[in-house]
Amino acid sequence: MYIVSMFFIICGTFFLFAGTIGLLRLPDFYTRMHATGKCDTLGSILILFGMTFYLGPSLESIKIILIMVFVFLTSPTATHSIGKAAFDNKLPLWTKEKKNDLAT
Amino acid sequence: MINFFIMTSIIILCLVFLCLYRAAFGPGVLNRIIAVNVIGTKTIVVILFMGLIFKRVDMFIDISIVYALMNFIATLTFSKYSRTKGVL
Repeated sequence: MYIVSMFFIICGTFFLFAGTIGLLRLPDFYTRMHATGKCDTLGSILILFGMTFYLGPSLESIKIILIMVFVFLTSPTATHSIGKAAFDNKLPLWTKEKKNDLAT
Repeated sequence: MINFFIMTSIIILCLVFLCLYRAAFGPGVLNRIIAVNVIGTKTIVVILFMGLIFKRVDMFIDISIVYALMNFIATLTFSKYSRTKGVL
């Protein structure tokens, strides 16, 4: 049972790492939000799932599953709210076309 | 298993310090809000790891639930304020 728990916790840590790299490296606000909104939810849920395997069937496992459901509901809601705030305030989108500063 | 939990907590705390760069120097308010949201989500996980390390999970779970609630409410409040007032 410990092996399963360690597997889930390592997977979750990998997803948190990917989300952090996306938050640091991506060029725009919307793309950063795209990286963190999914990777953070999935990573934290995987780590909490691994903790339930470590604890076994008990009251603490039920409470951890409750936290999982709460994070699964609220984290996309918060991300959607921030994205709507940015889009309503007309934050400019990142485009791939490069601006040529030397052109006359 | 305790050593594994301690190692994972240290790795997640290093990730928190990496996120702190975006919270400090990020251009605009919204980048900082999203960085603080990410740090809060990582803190929930670290608090539960602390409970597993000190073998007091029953106490630390309640703290974690309260932290998740506060993180959600803070993010919603900031985004609502930023949407109505037009602050970027």
